[in-house]
Formats: sequence, C-alpha cells, structure tokens
Amino acid sequence: MKHRTFFWFILPTLSAMILFIALPIVSVFIQSLFVEHEQVLVVSESCGPFGCTQTTSIDTEATEALRADSPLGQYNGLGTYFDRSHLATAEVAEIWKASTGLASFVDGIMDLKFYKALVFTLTYTFVVTPAVLILGLAIAVGVNNLPKALRGIAIFISLLPFLVATIVGSMILSWMLDGEGIIGATLQNIFNDPSLTIKSSTPLMWIALIIYGIWHTLPFSFIVFYAGLQTVPGDTLEAAKVDGANKWQTMINVVVPHLMPLVSFVTLMLLMDNFRVFEPIVSFQAEAHAQSLSTFILSDLREAGNPLYASAGATSILTIIGVAILLSPVVVRTWRDFSAKSH
Amino acid sequence: MLFRNFMAAGAVASLMGTAAFADCGPSGNSVRILGSDFPAIQAVAGAAEANCGSNAGEFTINLRDNTRDMMNQALTPNPAEYTSVIVANSTLTQLMNDDLVRPLNDLVAKYGSHLSPNQLITIDGNVMAVAFMANSQHLFTRTDILEQAGVSGTPSTVDEIIDAAEAIRAAGIMEHPIAMNMKVGWNVGEVFNLFFLAHGGEMFQAGSAEPNVNSPAGLAALADIARLAEYAHPDHLSHASNETQALWEAGQVAMAMMWGSRGGAVLDAEGSTEEVTSNTLLSAAPTAGGGSIPAATLWWDGVTIAKNIADADAEATFAALVGGLKSDLMAEHNDKAIWLIDGFTPGPAAAGVSATAAGGAKPYPMIPYINFMHNALGSELVDFYKGTESAEDALADVEAAYRTAAKEAGFLQ
Repeated sequence: MKHRTFFWFILPTLSAMILFIALPIVSVFIQSLFVEHEQVLVVSESCGPFGCTQTTSIDTEATEALRADSPLGQYNGLGTYFDRSHLATAEVAEIWKASTGLASFVDGIMDLKFYKALVFTLTYTFVVTPAVLILGLAIAVGVNNLPKALRGIAIFISLLPFLVATIVGSMILSWMLDGEGIIGATLQNIFNDPSLTIKSSTPLMWIALIIYGIWHTLPFSFIVFYAGLQTVPGDTLEAAKVDGANKWQTMINVVVPHLMPLVSFVTLMLLMDNFRVFEPIVSFQAEAHAQSLSTFILSDLREAGNPLYASAGATSILTIIGVAILLSPVVVRTWRDFSAKSH
Repeated sequence: MLFRNFMAAGAVASLMGTAAFADCGPSGNSVRILGSDFPAIQAVAGAAEANCGSNAGEFTINLRDNTRDMMNQALTPNPAEYTSVIVANSTLTQLMNDDLVRPLNDLVAKYGSHLSPNQLITIDGNVMAVAFMANSQHLFTRTDILEQAGVSGTPSTVDEIIDAAEAIRAAGIMEHPIAMNMKVGWNVGEVFNLFFLAHGGEMFQAGSAEPNVNSPAGLAALADIARLAEYAHPDHLSHASNETQALWEAGQVAMAMMWGSRGGAVLDAEGSTEEVTSNTLLSAAPTAGGGSIPAATLWWDGVTIAKNIADADAEATFAALVGGLKSDLMAEHNDKAIWLIDGFTPGPAAAGVSATAAGGAKPYPMIPYINFMHNALGSELVDFYKGTESAEDALADVEAAYRTAAKEAGFLQ
C-alpha cells in the first residue's frame, strides 16, 4: 500500500487515539508532576452529638487563594515517582545499607508496597502468559481434530469463560473458594483442618488468582490459534507426512512456525492485560495477599476520600513504562521479522 | 399553555395542602438529595418527599452505595448536581476540605426550632450539618452459647471476651467464636482506631499533622486486636459488614464487633433462625487495658446543604429534610436507627450504640488529614495481622505511608 493511502486509511483511528489516549496520558503525566498546595489549617472548636473538641480544619479561603494563583498545585518534579509509595529510592538505599545479606535486603524491599505489588504482578504475568499460550494452542489443535459435527459445540464451550464478565466470573469463584463456599469447605473436609482457607493464605491466594487468570483468558488465545490453524497450507502438511514426520514433529516444525506471528500477537496482548491485573484481586477480596499497580490507582483515587491525583498519575505512568519494558522484546522481534521480510 | 396552567394550579393546591402540616420553605424550587442506601436514610429522605415533594418544582432522591467516591465531584460544579448530601463524620470532613457545603446557621434559626442542640454539628461557630442518627461498632453476644460454655454475664472488657472465647473453644462449641470487620482497607484501619482510642491514643501530635500512632497506645491496640483475631474466622481479613452479619445470622459465631446499624437487620426475623435472634444481645463496646473508654468510634449521619446552589434551593432543601426530623418520623421507624431526635427511646437494636456512647466512647476524629491516616492504617497493618511483621515495624510503615500521602496532599511539608 502506498504511504499516502495508508495515511488516509488510518487517519480516523489515529486522530481518535491521539484525542482519547495520547493526550490524556500527557495530561496524567503533567498532573503527576504537581502536588497539592500547602494547606492552610485553622484550629477551632467543633461540637456535635458527642460533645465539643478542638478540631483542625482547612482555611478554605486561604487555600483557594493559593489554588487560584497556580491551579495545578506545587511543582514537585519527579518527586512523587521516587517517594515511598512508588520507586522509594531513598528507602531502598537505606534498606541496602542496613541489610546484612540478600535475604534481609529482599525482606526489607518486600515491605515497600510498590515492589511487593510488582513481585505479584510479574509472577502473575509470567505464569499466566505462557500457560495461556500453550493451553490455548493445545485446545485449538484438539478442537481442530474433532469431527466437524462436534466442533461448533466445542468452540462454544471453550469460549464460555470469556463470555462471563470478569467481575462476575471472579465473584462467583471467590464465593466458591470462601471458607464457607463449596470449594473452600470441601478442602477443609478433605484435609480435616478447619483453619485451612484459601483467603487466609498468601500462596493459596496467588494460586487461586493465577488459575482464575488462566481460565478467564484461555478462550482468547484458543480462538486466535484456532483461526490460525485454518490457514495452515494443506500441501505443506502433506509434504511433511510424505517426508515421514509424525504428528508431533509436524506440529513443532510446520504448524507452530506457521502460527508464529499469531503467537507474537497473543503474547503482546496477554502481557499487556496480565500486567494490569485488577478485577480478580478486587472480587477475591485478596488485597491482604496480592496487590497490583492498578489496585493502587483505585485506592489513591477512592480510599483517600480527597483523591491523590499525583500519586495515581505517577502509578499510571509507571504502569505504562512497565508494560513498555515487558513488550519491548516481543516488539523488537516482530520488527526484525518484518524488516527481514520486506528486504 | 394548558399544561402550564395545570402545573400552576397543582402547585397552588399542593401548597395549600402541605402548608397545613409542614413548612417547606419557598415553593417551586429544586430539591436533589444524595445519600447512602440504608433504612434510616430511606426513612429521612422519604419523609422529606412525602411532606414537601409537592411544594418543590423538582424533587429527586438518589440513594446508593459508595456515595463518598463521587460526592465531591457531584458538588463541585455550579450549580451542584445535588442540593443536599447526607453525610457522616468522615464524609463531612471530605466535603469541607474542598469547601463544598454551606453554613446553616440562618436556616437552623428559621426552620430548626425543633432540633436539639446536640444535633447541630458546629465548627468554629458555624453549623455545618444537622445530625439525625448515631452509629458505632459494639459488641454482639449470643447469650445461649456463653451460658453453655459456663460464662456468666456479658463480657465488657477485651480480657473477658478472650476468656469467653477460650471457654467456648475449650468446650468444643466453636473453634472461631469471634467475628470482626477486618477486611483489608477501610475496615481493618477502623478496627485499629477502635482499640487505639480505647487505649487513650492520639492519632496526631498536638497541633500538627505529624502522625503519632507508633506509640505505646498503638502497640497495645495491636496486641489486643491480635489476641481477638486468634479466635476470629481464619478469613477475617476479607470480612466486612455483610460477611460478619452473615456469619452471625448463620449462628457460626458467639461474639462479634459489628455496626449498631446492623442491629435491626440482625434481630429481625429475616435471614436467621429463632435460636440466633432470640439469644442475640447488643451491648457496649468492650474497654481495653483496664481503661474506661469503650473500644469504639462514634459516628453520626446528618444533613448538609451544598454551597454551589441557589439560596432558594438551599432553603427549600433544608426545610424539607430538617422539617421531617420529628417525633412522628421516629415513631414510625423506631428500630431503623439510633435516632438523635429528641424523645428517642432505644429499643433492643439500639441498646449497643446507646451504651457505647454513654460509656464515653470517642467520636471519629473530624480532622482534614484523617482519611490519609485511615488509609495508611488500612493497608500497612496487614503484614502484622498476617504475622509476617512485628507491631513496631508495621506502625513505622503506617507513619511512613501516611507521611508520603500527607505531603502530597499539602498537610506536611
């Protein structure tokens, strides 16, 4: 396609993306550089049903005047990015100095919420992504080998987890896993231990979240690979057979290389989605055991009552950087393949 | 044209109709109420609409969950989305931090002659809200199970609760007889507040926003909570009010620290058995460490009026809502709340909150930066409750996390 034609084709999408994605990201970045003005506080007597006390409150007029001068707040540079809730550079340096060995250093780092969340998020991403790729391909091959009459129903069943809204699916599983739910109570019966519950154990909770993640995203990779399998050229397969390749060898040497571009695509999508894991943590009420960068954004914007925009903004930008780092090997690889083909 | 005439006739007729029993302020104005969705607020908003709905040009009520997530945004534009938000201690602070509610002194003088002085939430001489109900967490006990375990009387201290729990466990009745709202986040932070205040703690250093929870009172509070949690359901870090109420109604626990506002729902015939409801006793929150202050924070719910609205709308809204806070409302809905309205006689469902307030429990602090402390407590104490961190380290983490947030919000430099 000519570059000019390509440009006109992509213009509507491109402008929508700039308007609704790129510009908001720039705005989030700018907000993350500012913190609130110093609040002007006044102490006064406050009274209510339970008596009177001395209470501090904000002098809203004085604070408003400060705000009118510079509406964005005080410029803080990248300060928010390096504070204790984010990269915590000062704290990390201190822990490094105080640590007696690798174990105590790791222990200290795990006390900082950003790194703790990162460890869970990366574990989740790097277990769920390959599992979904491999299982998705396996199911696609399995369904592809079924008699034609059964394929429709098999595809429908395989897609079910994807049709259930994430929040609903994880809610249902959360109730089943509860100590009072069917899976939780059965486990207690089998092991005869009433204090064994998934929701009180960090490792079990991680396993539950990971299994849920795999179950929920499997249909996505399945359907992409299934579509890809329909395009494997028959002659090549026949040639492989003639050359004496068995089914497994055909799979590894013919089918998988043919599907490689799709594998890259699915990997990209999965890495992006999994790094932003959010709904299952909320629905499983798993905040005690697992947090992700996305749950921090929610808590900064919601739990604090008066939202911490800088903190939420910094976390968002760090999430984008994290996704970019994760995706870079796949993107570089795809780019190389593309360049190799075009020359 | 015909339609307009009809409307005018209707307005006149309704004005004449309502004037007989309620002063609804200027007519034809807009009344838009936002509040949390629970029975007492339904009753208050419902009474306002019944009395003054026909006097207003527009009358809408929006009761929903998590109003605190959107109330500031809803009141920021001019005119604001709602003319009144029904708030509690902490949400009034949240609105006042952004200067979104107006002083009510004039309106109270005009329409509030029936209010008792303790209903007026006054800050620096300005009435900022009119409270109509109180709430707190307190002790729920199953008298039959305590009796069965050989415990006499109702536990009134943390030690007595622990002894009773141990007796129940030793008698083989229940392995985990205690329930508490300890879901990670707001709930688990609130549990700390209860015991911290009972041990005489002050959240902040006098006259500043510097934190003060890493103190002997903080350590004592955590020690008490850990002792209680040992007898709580293993999933307690995921339990909030809905879960603890379900455990209670299923008869799986014998003692619980739950909200007084759940009392009516626990004691009614729905969702539980006769055995549970007839043996449920609501009493004051326990005292801790030999002190006399109940481990509770007192809450009120009350009416505020938005700042960014026309004065006539404000007057009509205030008249409708506050005019309804009278004894006939209370008589009709006696068990739905612990009313602060004059002449309230607490029934069994209100006994716990009344006893807790009478015992001298502290109100939930109305300090502009309290939300950041609460948030830090809610997330940083988890490691201690899971047993992977010492109390000192957890409290140091709380202070560090609070400082980070308070700096960003401009309360600390």
